[in-house]
Amino acid sequence: MNFDPFIIPFNIGLYFILIYAVVRSVIWFRELSRPDKLRLQRGFFGKAFGQSLKEIFLESLIHRKILKSNPRLGYMHMSLAFGWFLLILFGTIEADIFGERHLNPPYKAIFFKFFSPDHGKTFFEASYAFLMDLILAFILSGLVLAVTKRFFSRVVGMKKTTKLKPLDKVALTSLWLIFPSRLIAESLTSGAYGTGSFLTGNLGAALASFLPANELAYPFWWLYSLSLGTFFVLLPLTRYLHIPTELFLIFMRNSGIRTGDKPGSFSEVEVHSCSSCGMCIDVCQLGFSAGIHTIQATYLMKGIRNSDYIHDIAHNCLMCGRCDQICPVGIEISPIRMIVRRIEENDRVYENSWNGYFRNRLNVPAPKQDNKPSYDFLPAPVSKKADVLYFAGCMTHLTPSIKKAMVKILDASGLNWSFIDEDGGACCGRPLMLAGNDREARELINFNSQLIWKSGAHTLVTSCPICYKVFRESYYLDVEVLHHSQFIKNLIDEGLVNMNFLQKRVTYHTPCELGRRSGVYEEPKEVIRHVATLEPTGYDDENSLCCGGSLGNIMLSHDKRRGIAEDVTARLTANDPDSLITACPLCKKTLAQATSTRVVDIAELVAEAIADAPALKKNPSRHKKKVVRESAASL
Amino acid sequence: MEKFGFSLTKARVIDYDANDRSIVSYILEREPSLNLCIECGCCSAACTTGNFTGFSLREIHILLKRGENDLVRQKIRKCMLCGKCILVCPRGVNTRNVVFLAKQAFTKNEGYEF
Repeated sequence: MNFDPFIIPFNIGLYFILIYAVVRSVIWFRELSRPDKLRLQRGFFGKAFGQSLKEIFLESLIHRKILKSNPRLGYMHMSLAFGWFLLILFGTIEADIFGERHLNPPYKAIFFKFFSPDHGKTFFEASYAFLMDLILAFILSGLVLAVTKRFFSRVVGMKKTTKLKPLDKVALTSLWLIFPSRLIAESLTSGAYGTGSFLTGNLGAALASFLPANELAYPFWWLYSLSLGTFFVLLPLTRYLHIPTELFLIFMRNSGIRTGDKPGSFSEVEVHSCSSCGMCIDVCQLGFSAGIHTIQATYLMKGIRNSDYIHDIAHNCLMCGRCDQICPVGIEISPIRMIVRRIEENDRVYENSWNGYFRNRLNVPAPKQDNKPSYDFLPAPVSKKADVLYFAGCMTHLTPSIKKAMVKILDASGLNWSFIDEDGGACCGRPLMLAGNDREARELINFNSQLIWKSGAHTLVTSCPICYKVFRESYYLDVEVLHHSQFIKNLIDEGLVNMNFLQKRVTYHTPCELGRRSGVYEEPKEVIRHVATLEPTGYDDENSLCCGGSLGNIMLSHDKRRGIAEDVTARLTANDPDSLITACPLCKKTLAQATSTRVVDIAELVAEAIADAPALKKNPSRHKKKVVRESAASL
Repeated sequence: MEKFGFSLTKARVIDYDANDRSIVSYILEREPSLNLCIECGCCSAACTTGNFTGFSLREIHILLKRGENDLVRQKIRKCMLCGKCILVCPRGVNTRNVVFLAKQAFTKNEGYEF
C-alpha cells in the first residue's frame, strides 16, 4: 500500500509551509542592508555556522535557558520541540530501514504504522517500536503540562500566561490534537494487528478488546493528518511562526547582525521569533508592582505582528531591561521598543498582504520637522582646561549631597579636575532619546561634546548612569567615560585616597542604566566593600530591580511610580540594613521617598569614609578659588 | 483735540470663550494629572532650561489652560525633557508627559505649524 486519500491534508500543509519558508527567507535576505548581507554570508560559510548549529540544538530543541530558570516550563517546551524532532528523525529512519524501499516521501515516515501495520513483530522491530513509543510518551507528557498550563498557569511555575488571539487558539487546538490523534490511531492499528510496544500496544489491545479497532483507526488517521495540515497552513499567521524563524534569527545573530535603530529585516525576524512563552510577563515590575498587565514585551511583539495600535504599549515601559535579560530567544526587546517609539503615533510600519501571509514594510515618512534649532538659547560652550572633567548631570543637581560628596572626593584625589556644569549645564540628551526625539537630543549632544573637547581632558566622570550610558554610546568622544563608582574604584586601586572602614551594614541597589544597560556591576560593589559591610539582597546584578523613577516611561503616573518604589525598598531593606546604597541620583531620589531607611549614594558613603588626614595634594585651581571666597567673606 | 501725554493701552483681556482649548483638552484626556497642578512653580525653579532662559513650565501650564496656544507653541520646544520637574512636583503631576503630549498635539493638529 503506497497511497491513501487521508494523507492529502498533510501533504498540502507540508509542501505549503516548505515553499512559504523558502519564499519568506529570500524576502528577508533581500531586505537586509548590504553590510548585513555580507555578514550573513560570512557567518554562514564560516566559524559562526558551527556555533549556530550548537545554539539551535541547545536553545530551539533542548530550551536550555528556560530549563535553567524554570525547569517545569523548560521540560514542557523541550518535550514538545525535542520530542517532535526525535519522532521525525527516528520515524524517517524507521521508514527507511523497515519500509518497502529506501528514501521515502515524508508522509511514509509520519504515517508509517498505517502503511506497514504488520511491522513490530520481530525482536529488533519491537525494540524499535519501544523507542518510538517512548518518544511519543515524552511528547505527550509535555502536552499534558501544556494543556494544564493553559488553564492553571501556576502548575509550571508561571503567575500569568499569555493571552491568545482566536487564530492562535485554532492553531493551538490543532497542535494539541496532533499527538493524541497519533496515539489513538497508532494504538487502534496496533490493537487490530497485535503489534506496538508498551504504550500503543497495550492501549491498542485494551481498545481492541471491545471496539472494532481496524474500522475505528481510519478516522483517527484522518484526524491526525488533518490536524497536521491545519497546523502547517495556519503557522505563518500565528505565533508558531517562531519555530522556523528562530533558526533564521540564530544564524543572523551569530553572524553579528544587530537590531539597530530603524525597522528592518532583522527586527522583523526578531518579532516573529517571539514564541509568546510569557517569561517576560512574570519579571516585569509594571506587572507585579504596578498592576499593568498589557504592555509586556510579548504583547509588544504580538502588536507589531498584527499591526495593532501599540503606541501606548511602546511608551508605557520603564526600559529597565529585565525582559531583555530573561528572554530565552534572546530578542533585543528594548531596541525594538525604541524603534516603535521613534515612529509617529498613527504611522504604521507594516501592511499585511495575502491575508496576512506576507507583510510589506511601509516607508515611514520622516517625522515633520523643520531645521530650526530648539535649543539655540544655549550659550557658546566655554570650558576650563583640565585633565579630569566632572559632569554632574541634571539629576545630581537635584541631589546636592551627591555633588558635594563628589567635590570632596575629587579634591582629595589631588587630580587636576574641572566641574563642567557647576552652575547647571544642559541635559545629556538621553531623556529626549528615550521619548523618541533623537533630532533634539543630537543638538544637546553637540553642545556637550564641544564643552568636553574644548577642555582637552582625558577622563570624563559623571554621577548619573543615564548620562554615563549616553556619553559612552551616543557621543563621539575620545575621552575615557567613567561613572563615579568606577572612578572611585580607580582612586582606591591607585591609592590616591585614604579611607576609614565604616561600621555599617548596607545593601546595594543596582541602577538599571548602570547595571543591565551598561554592564557595570562589580566596581560599585567593590567600592562599597572597601568602606562598609555589603549584604546580598537576592536582587543583585542581572536580577536587580528598577526604582520606578525611570525616565524611560513617560506615561506612568506618580502613584504607580510610588508603588513600585515602595515595593522595591521593601525587598531591598528586608534584612534591615543601616543604609541602602545606590549609584544613581534619580534612584536615590525615588527610593528615599518610599522608605524610612537612609538612602545614600555611593559617593556620599565614600566621602563619609575619607580620612580627615591631609590629602596628598589639593587641586591648585580650586584651592585658589576657595581662598578668594574666604577673603571675600572676611571683607 | 488737546493731547495731555496720556494714551490708552490695548485691553489685555483673556477671553476664555474665544480661546482655543483643544490642545489642553487633548492633554487632559491623556494625562489627567495636569488637573492637580496648583501652579506652585517648583517645576520652574528646578528646570534645566530655566537656568538658561526665562522658560517656565508653570507659565506653560497656565497658558495651556487659558488656551493661549501660540505662546505655548513657541516656548515648549525649549524643554529638554530631563525630568527634574517630575521629581520636585508636590502634587505628582506627570509634567514630562504634559510637554510630550503638547508637542504631539501641535504636530498632529494641522492648523499649527510646529
